[in-house]
Amino acid sequence: MILKTKNLNLFYGSTKAINNCNINIEKNKVTAIIGPSGCGKSTLLRSMNRMNDFIDSFSIKGEILFDEKNIYDSKIDATELRKSIGMVFQKPNPFPKSIYENIIWGPKINGFEGDKDKLVEESLKDAGLWDEVKNRLNDSALSLSGGQQQRLCIARAIAMKPNIILMDEPCSALDPKSTAIIETLIKKLRKNYTILIVTHNMQQAARVSDFTLFLYEGEVIEFGDTEHLFRNPKNKQTEDYITGRFG
Amino acid sequence: MIKNNLKNRKKIDSIFKVASKIITWSSLVVLAVLLYHVSITGISKLSLDFLNNFPSRFPHKAGIKSALSGSIWMLTFVTLISVPIGVLSAIYLEEYSKKNRITRFVEINIANLAGVPSIVYGILGLAIFVRFFQLDRSVLAGSFTMSLLILPVIIISSREAIRAVPKSIRLGAYAVGATKYQTIRHHVIPIALPGILTGVILSMSRAIGETAPLIMIGALTYVAFVPETVMDPFTTLPIQVFNWASRPQAAFHEVAAAGIIILLIVLLFMNAIAIFLRNYSNKKYDF
Repeated sequence: MILKTKNLNLFYGSTKAINNCNINIEKNKVTAIIGPSGCGKSTLLRSMNRMNDFIDSFSIKGEILFDEKNIYDSKIDATELRKSIGMVFQKPNPFPKSIYENIIWGPKINGFEGDKDKLVEESLKDAGLWDEVKNRLNDSALSLSGGQQQRLCIARAIAMKPNIILMDEPCSALDPKSTAIIETLIKKLRKNYTILIVTHNMQQAARVSDFTLFLYEGEVIEFGDTEHLFRNPKNKQTEDYITGRFG
Repeated sequence: MIKNNLKNRKKIDSIFKVASKIITWSSLVVLAVLLYHVSITGISKLSLDFLNNFPSRFPHKAGIKSALSGSIWMLTFVTLISVPIGVLSAIYLEEYSKKNRITRFVEINIANLAGVPSIVYGILGLAIFVRFFQLDRSVLAGSFTMSLLILPVIIISSREAIRAVPKSIRLGAYAVGATKYQTIRHHVIPIALPGILTGVILSMSRAIGETAPLIMIGALTYVAFVPETVMDPFTTLPIQVFNWASRPQAAFHEVAAAGIIILLIVLLFMNAIAIFLRNYSNKKYDF
């Protein structure tokens, strides 16, 4: 158990986005969060590395425990936390700098002392991008295709050697081919990282995840083994959603 | 029912096209005529002597040395004062300040200040810098006054440039454990730089052309020396041009035209720098 929520309630102003969520995220597994638009998937994900701190109206009740420590405790520094819990966003957002700079910037500003070239190579290899870019590391990251940019963003997250990588619909802006590459990558990354992935795409959840969490209007409807959840959903709503009756 | 009035709509389309064309070109023609007139009148006076001479009672001896150097002195200090203050204020307002009533009040008033007539800044400068801080009619007093005048514009344009930096870039930086300062320093500022520079140069161009506030604080109209320290009195190009143009002798009008040419050259030179800097930083951070 690497990440745990305890009676977690998330709010935007007075609107409740997540209601009383109690889940355990297992180490080195892929957990998918699914549900229709506006159900609170991204809100829940973003609260895990305190990216919601930048939204003024956001507030939280309850706890999120990472390594048994509440990450919203006043003693925990959000900047420090994000080194251990990395994030990949919906739209690829590489920095408008070189490919090399994109990878090394995070470690550099966090005081990385070591072989930079090696770290860049390893991270890009882990993200399955090395062969495509090894001869043009100094080119602008924006010269890459959308799918490559997203893998660069994954490499950027990996370079920090985090424990957990949060992915917020990482394939929604990509074509099927790039999506397939990233899905294969996610399955591979599970060996070293715990991955939480928010997705709109149920088939994707079924393909890549070990566990699936179904959210509906801020409530955890069902959470469990992916195969099980997709084969025999316990809840009527889950069944309706995964069979495409709504959503 | 849909009436097929395509013919009519196409007609309006072409009328609109022609109308906008005429309007654009007519304003350009006016500008061209003005430039032509100034050049024809002033070109005969332009010479190295004109650049090297101090103003004089005799039109053939009159030169622009003191005004040109006064303008350069003033502009240098205006840049040193207003750019750091303006850009840092913009960063604070855009990145750090909480959006509440006080900051909204500050924002509205900065926008208001941008619209205050320049003579009012002159009066303010006279009261604060010349009298209260006893800077007298120095380059420094002039620079501070002019800085006040252009600060709102620098702040507003810098804020717009900073606001245009995609949020996703900031989030990307935070997600790898960057502090706010690191995010601003390494990503926001470099990306916003072309926009900031454009605003800075535009306000510089305004500063170099302003006359009223400087006359108000007592910049001299006849200066036969070059400022050597920031506490020396000075004059600037537009004041000198105004002075010449208001003389009755026709010969001085030619001198004024020559002064205008110099002023325009300085302005064009500054704009060229702006364009160069903008292209240079665009190349580094192409979006």
